[in-house]
Parts: sequence; C-alpha cells; structure tokens
Amino acid sequence: MYKYDEYDQQMVDTRVAEFRDQVSRRLSGELTEDQFRPLRLQNGLYLQLHAYMLRVAVPYGTLSSAQMKVLGDIADKYDRGYGHFTTRQNIQYNWIKLEETPDLLAELASVEMHAIQTSGNCIRNISSDQFAGAAADEIIDPRPYAELLRQWSSFHPEFLTLPRKFKIAVIASDTDRAAMRLHDIGIKMVRNAEGEIGAQFYVGGGMGRTPMIAPMIRDFVPLDQLITYSEACLRVYNRYGRRDNKYKARIKILVHELGKDEYTRQVEEEFAHLLTQPIEPPLAELERIKTHFADPAFEAGLSDELDLSDPDFALWVGRNTQAHKQPGYVVATVSLKPVGGIPGDASADQIRLMAQLAKDYSFDELRVTHAQNIVFPHVKKADLYTVWKALEQADLATANLDTVGDIIACPGLDYCSLANARSIPVAQKISERFGSAERQAELGELKLKISGCINACGHHHAGHIGILGVDRKGVENYQLLLGGCEGADTSLGTITGPGFNEDGIVDAVEKATNFYLEKREDGERFLDTYRRIGMAPFKEAIYG
Amino acid sequence: MGDVRISGRPTLQRKAAPAVAAACFAEGSNAATVRVEPGEDARALLPQLEQIERIEISFPVWTDGRGYSSARILREAGFEGDIVAVGDIAPDMIGHLQRCGFDAFDANKPIDPETVKATLERWDNVYQATVVDGRQAIWAKRHPA
Repeated sequence: MYKYDEYDQQMVDTRVAEFRDQVSRRLSGELTEDQFRPLRLQNGLYLQLHAYMLRVAVPYGTLSSAQMKVLGDIADKYDRGYGHFTTRQNIQYNWIKLEETPDLLAELASVEMHAIQTSGNCIRNISSDQFAGAAADEIIDPRPYAELLRQWSSFHPEFLTLPRKFKIAVIASDTDRAAMRLHDIGIKMVRNAEGEIGAQFYVGGGMGRTPMIAPMIRDFVPLDQLITYSEACLRVYNRYGRRDNKYKARIKILVHELGKDEYTRQVEEEFAHLLTQPIEPPLAELERIKTHFADPAFEAGLSDELDLSDPDFALWVGRNTQAHKQPGYVVATVSLKPVGGIPGDASADQIRLMAQLAKDYSFDELRVTHAQNIVFPHVKKADLYTVWKALEQADLATANLDTVGDIIACPGLDYCSLANARSIPVAQKISERFGSAERQAELGELKLKISGCINACGHHHAGHIGILGVDRKGVENYQLLLGGCEGADTSLGTITGPGFNEDGIVDAVEKATNFYLEKREDGERFLDTYRRIGMAPFKEAIYG
Repeated sequence: MGDVRISGRPTLQRKAAPAVAAACFAEGSNAATVRVEPGEDARALLPQLEQIERIEISFPVWTDGRGYSSARILREAGFEGDIVAVGDIAPDMIGHLQRCGFDAFDANKPIDPETVKATLERWDNVYQATVVDGRQAIWAKRHPA
C-alpha cells in the first residue's frame, strides 16, 4: 500500500500545526463559532447533538495494521472505547473534545493518517473498490489513480470552497462494489481497443434528497490527462454550480439543469484550455505511486482446498469470502453487523484484534467497505480457519455479508444533528427479527439500507429494501422503498406508500420478504423478483 | 481598508479610480480598473485585458469560492496587472488567494499582519501546479526534469 515520503509527511504535519492554531484561536475567542465552523469542517470535525464528532480519512478504504491499531487506541483514549466505520470507508469518533483534537490528529499523523477534507464543501476522501488489488475480476488495481487524485485534491486552492461537498470514487471492474455512479464523479478504469488503460468519467450522480445516477460524459481519458480532465470538471462546477440553495448545490443539479450534453461541452472546452497549462503530473509520478501497490509476496502453488467440516465455519466461508486472483488465497470480510448490534461499530479491542490478524494473516493490510464492514484482502486458505476462530471469539464472525442482517445505517437521531428519526434502533430490530442464520440464508442476497433523514447517508435509495426516517408532526415515521441497487445495474428505489412507525416498518419489511419468498422463481434474489413483477403486487402484500 | 500585498510581484498601480463593474466594462469602457462579481464570467474581459491594470475580484462571503477560478482564468490568459481580492477575506484563505494568482487583498475587517505572514509562510510545499503562483508542485520535485 501507499507509504508517505518526506513531502506527504510534511503536508499532514503542517496541517496538524495549522489546525492546532485554528483551535487555539477558537478557544481564545479570536474566532467565533461561525468563523470556525467552515475551518473545522474542512478537517472533519462536526458539532453533533452531544459532542464533537471527528471523521478520520481512510483513503480508498485501505489501512495497514499499524494504522488500524492506532484507530483502536484512539477509540480508547479520546472516545468512549468505540469507533464507527462509515459508508465513505472512513471512521468516525462520536465523543470528541475540541481541545484534544490537535493531539489526536498528531497521533494520526504518526501513522500517515489525517482528517483532511473529510467534511466541508470541498473534494472529500476518495473511495474505491474494497477488493482492489485482490479481486479476480478487476482489469487493474484502481488505487494508484485514487492516490494520484488524493494528492491533487488535498488543499487544492481553487476548490476548497465549492458550492457543496464533492465525492469521487474510482473502480476498475465491471462489478461495481463502490456505488460509483452515485458519486459526484465516478471514474471507471477501462482498457480501450488498443489495449491502453484510461479513465471513463461519470459525472453528476448522488443520493440525498434528489437522487441521480451519473451519466457517462467521456468514455476514455488517457492517463496523462487524468488530473487535467478532473480539474476541468471541477472548474465548471465551481463557477456554475448553484449557490443560492444548498439543496440544489450539488453537481448533479448542475448537470441535470444544463443537461448532460451542455455540461460535457463546457467541460471539454475548459479541458482544451487546461491542456495548454502545465498542470498534469508526469506519468513517472503515477509509476512511482504504482510501485507502492505491487502485489504482496504471495506463495505460489498453494492448494485451493478448504476443510469445511465445521458447519459454522462452512457457513461463514460461503457467506463472507470471495474469490482471490491468486490461487490458494481468499478475500475475507468481517461483518460489523452482529445480530442486534449497531451497524459499523467496533470496540477498541475488536479494532486492535483485526489489526493483529491482518498483520499475521493478510500481509499487513485491511480495507473498510462502504457497507461498513472490514476486509482482510489476502488470506491464505490454509490460515482461514485460524482467522475465523479468532474472529468468533471476539463476536466478529457473523456470517451475514450482503444478507438482510448486513444493514447499512446512518448514525441517525441518536447522534446526528441533521437527522429527523433514529436509524440505529430500527436496524437493531430488523437485525433481531431476521436474526437466525437459516432465515438469512433462505432470503439470500438482500441489501437493506436505512437513513434517518433525506440526506441519505444510509444510502436508502440504493437498497434492495430502503428505509427513510422522517419527522411527521413531531413523530418518527419510516417510509419503505423497494428496488434500489448500487451495483453495475444501478437503480433507485421507489417509495411503497404511506410510512410506518418503528414497529410497523419492521413488520412491513417482513411482509415484503415473505411475499418475495412466495413469488420468487429459481435463483432469483429479492431484487430480481421485484424487477420482474414490479411494485403493485408488493404494495398489495404490504398494505392489503 | 486598503491593499495588503501577498504576491512578490511589484505593484503596477495604486488604487486610484473606482472600479468599473465587469458588466458595464464589457459594454465599452476605457477604465483601467474593473470589478468582477462572483456570478460574472471573467473570460468576458479577455478581449480587453491589455487596457486593464487592476482587476478586483469580489468575495461577498469568503465561503463562495468562485473568485479563485476567476483569478486563475485571468492569469492563465496572461493578465499581467494586479488582481486584488475584495470583501469578506478570512485569514485562512490568504494562502489560497496567493496560489490562485492574487497579488493583494482588501479586506472588510483588518487582519493582523502577523497572521498574514504566518499564513503565507506555513506551507513549504504544495501538491498542485497552479502555474500562476510560481511554485513547484511536489510531483515536480519528485521528478526533476
């Protein structure tokens, strides 16, 4: 994985010093809260309902075991013993004291980490495929391109006060595991007819109150123009994105209002101009970055045999592991969704245990997924049982990846100052209702996502089943959506009808899943059945 | 409050005549000082750049970042006169202004000169080539020509 050189280290160290200065100006009263807010937000520090929340960047979701260990230690030292992994592959701490944040950031910087641009109206942490570098189906590892973009977007002086936040995802396989087309810019690395690698640009996707699937605006940007093209996309947005209404300020609204063709024309015009400016790093820089992402020293000639005589282990292997590009290895996902638990939460001890297991059994590497789980990307099949046993003892071996129990949920009204309704208790109740392994196995792949307000941090638009919490005359109310999908065949969910109370929504989900079991044909997932028969019969089953 | 110089370039002109709004300027004017508001297209000035000595770019609120693009566009087009950020200038944006080609700022509220100095001196290195600030990007230092 990427290792800082003296320059990268100096950048994060300088940022710590700058933020320390900003915090001291706030504490002394030199800065008012109004003046301080945009500054702290550019460093991922939110003021929530009960305390400050700090969001730490995990660039493209990749962590070393040393970094993971420090994340666990920070949970103990500065939080109440927990960290919360997020849908942007980051980690958040919910109980932070303002005066302690500079020291916390200094500890992060000691392991090449930071909270730069994890919030605010700027280019956010860049996300990617959690299986990058390990997946059997990728054409190339997407992370070097994400790292190139990370450096370009860090403290970019023209783009720190954009109309609104800006999220970029980079993938390199047909199976989209990063919800690429639901980003402000989605980049798919592709190979053209000549066999050259380049970038396909999708611009103007997003969730929030106006969900949109990004259209493709260019099918091939050569690698030596990647930064220049990105800069053109951003400049058009910075100049013409709406600033009169924060709910219409995302780039998706600009692309929608101008139309894809006109936005593309403006980008191409700006791009043609910017090509005359020497702003593109040389390909040698990309090559330098790529050397950091070379394969680990895999052993050759390993057997693909696995002893599955332990039924619980067999269940977990079937559910939580994926094919690895290297024979004898496997990609293993640790579910942070135990029955009745808080999606994405891990205790300091659990975080440190995962760090140690990654060190011993996964070439020192872990990934955070947008579904709020943790991945060991390179586990030798011969070690898998040992890894699973250790996870089981720490309540980390739940075998429910991509099933109804693997719920994505935002923090909701329990923590977030924007939320209208609680998300966590609903997730816990659904997780308990569908808690049995048999039931989850019977339902198969079923992605359920819960947001506590229309900002959609819980990705409810993209859930096979989505739940949106709203405030109805002072009472929490939950709307049900069906048919969303974040994969290569991205689609947005549709609201079934009138909302439900907290228990009613759990019953409604069960009615929908029972109806699916009744109607499904051979091999159909919930989503497939819904797409085949449509909303009307589901609606009748739920409300009839 | 008056200009505070942040670029190393020599001052070309003292602030003499009041600025003419870019919208009026485009309709025909011989003014040497022009004011560009956030919603205005800086490129509209390009045909007449040679007669302009000073361009004031307005920041009604510092969190509206359109002025940074305006300044870079003018510099990229070869504008050699003064570019001055005017309005709600926050201390923490001064370094970004300099990197986008501003020569000076004229802030609504005074900023302690020590703060200005510290902000401008804070970053030894930068990740991007903005071309207009004369600084070498980190990638250029990593790969000397």
